[in-house]
Amino acid sequence: MSPARRVRRPNVVALGVLGWLVVVAVPVYAVVVSSVRRREDYLDGGPLALPDAVTADNYLHALRSGFPGYLLNSTLVALGVVALVLVLAVPAAYAIVRSGSRVSARTLRVFLLGLAIPAQAVIVPVFLLVSQLGLYDTLLAVILPTAAFCLPVCVLVLTTAMRDVPEEMYEAMALDGSGPARALVRLVLPLSRHGIATAAVYSALQAWNGFLFPLVLTQSESTRVLPLGLYDFQDEYGTDVPGLLAAVVLSVLPVLVACLFARRALVSGLVGAGGK
Amino acid sequence: MATASPGRVPARAGALRARRGRPSVLWAVPALLFFAVFALAPLGIVAYLSFTSWDGLGAPTWVGGANWSRLLADRDLRDAAWHSLVLTVATWAFQTPVALLLGVWSAGRQRSRAVVSAVFLLPLLLSSAAVALVWKSLLDPNFGLVAELAPRLGFDDASWFSTPEGALTAVLFVLGWQFIPLHALLYQGGARQVPDVLHQAAAMDGAGTARRFWSITLPQLRNTVVASSVLMVVGSLTFFDTVLILTAGGPGTATTIVPLVAYRTGFEGFEMGYASAIAFALVLVATGISLLLVRVTGFGRMHSTREGL
Repeated sequence: MSPARRVRRPNVVALGVLGWLVVVAVPVYAVVVSSVRRREDYLDGGPLALPDAVTADNYLHALRSGFPGYLLNSTLVALGVVALVLVLAVPAAYAIVRSGSRVSARTLRVFLLGLAIPAQAVIVPVFLLVSQLGLYDTLLAVILPTAAFCLPVCVLVLTTAMRDVPEEMYEAMALDGSGPARALVRLVLPLSRHGIATAAVYSALQAWNGFLFPLVLTQSESTRVLPLGLYDFQDEYGTDVPGLLAAVVLSVLPVLVACLFARRALVSGLVGAGGK
Repeated sequence: MATASPGRVPARAGALRARRGRPSVLWAVPALLFFAVFALAPLGIVAYLSFTSWDGLGAPTWVGGANWSRLLADRDLRDAAWHSLVLTVATWAFQTPVALLLGVWSAGRQRSRAVVSAVFLLPLLLSSAAVALVWKSLLDPNFGLVAELAPRLGFDDASWFSTPEGALTAVLFVLGWQFIPLHALLYQGGARQVPDVLHQAAAMDGAGTARRFWSITLPQLRNTVVASSVLMVVGSLTFFDTVLILTAGGPGTATTIVPLVAYRTGFEGFEMGYASAIAFALVLVATGISLLLVRVTGFGRMHSTREGL
């Protein structure tokens, strides 16, 4: 980094940043600490007190009350969405970037237009469609529309990544007599892997955290995903705050673990842009 | 799979070589079809349903503009629209400066900044449902974090959710807690793309940090500001899960926003026709505002210069 960038900033900025750090860190601390306390201790000591007796009961309780099932459902939904999105968006982005047809620019525009459609607005027809297909209250009912609403961002991310593949390399492939499928597998996929990782992470997070589609399109215990499980947990256990917070921590753990392995892809996946 | 046939001898070698090895535009068809079925067609159906009366079970009956005239006269909806507007404007005014500050600060490449930024990202890993539930517990007036902090900060009463202003402030704060990191990330990316030369040149001219922020960083972040603002505006007009869990629209109807009205009208009142009218009106307004923002700022040209390459 050049020395010119490393100029000290005014303290107002540092104070502001520090302030927000407190705003973020204190609740996170309170959640983690409270989740290992007994319910009576929580009610007595409040959320900030250090736990005098650490207990794993809240976690065990959450694990006993259907949580593993929700975890499995959320995982299946996330995997299904990622697979579907990649299978659809990768060839689409490839065609948009490389087909050289006038139609491809228009295709991209359709997806860009789609960025502006909120899932919330079309939930009634999606509900109708899913019921007509006989998919209501299945995991597929959640997977299909979630994947569809991931497509605009993912196509955008993937086209951006694929445009960075140098023209000369395509020409070299073509000179070798490779068809488009071969060029996709041998050239485009390896060179745009960051973009693909970004699209995958973005879709996985959308699926993992999605609330509206599962809320409207599923109803039974066997198809419940994590966010809905948390929502119902609150109704069921009312004032059992430590129990609820333990469930929240459990629901974040998989994402946190993924974060350790793929921090970069995760960050760009959160923003849904770039990938570099 | 469509592959170029290698057997044909090219007459015009240049033109053919350019086309050979290129995927057909048909490769985009599955994605387009899928998107059309689950997003574009539903939007069309919403438009149609908004002219019908339908309980979600039988067949929709055509009622003409009845839903739309009801929508224009609906006092509850007008209140909800007002809450949505207040929440959108306040969200923008609250989140943009904080996100800008955090984003530009964390764009510095120092290790300490990277560590602190990692803490900032934590809220992003939680689902809306988790964030709302956590804050519902922490803002609990009897046992929550706020119950403990409020007296020390000089507030007598911590029952945020019992007054309209308090509940709206709580929603605003929780949304900020959840989404500021996302926008900070956008600004961080934007700030890192500002060419160093500009900063160096300004530093040579004797510009201080504050001056460089206002004269270089901020103008250079123009596109990011627009993108982030569009996301914020559309987001705060259309989300509803946080409000549903945090306040359920209360106290009374103080935090009832338009998407919540649409959801309840459709899936609790089973008036799918009227719900569709509300939803479609919402899309029109959200799209209108984002198009306006994009046009006014010239942001739209960013994509079009790169299209068809």
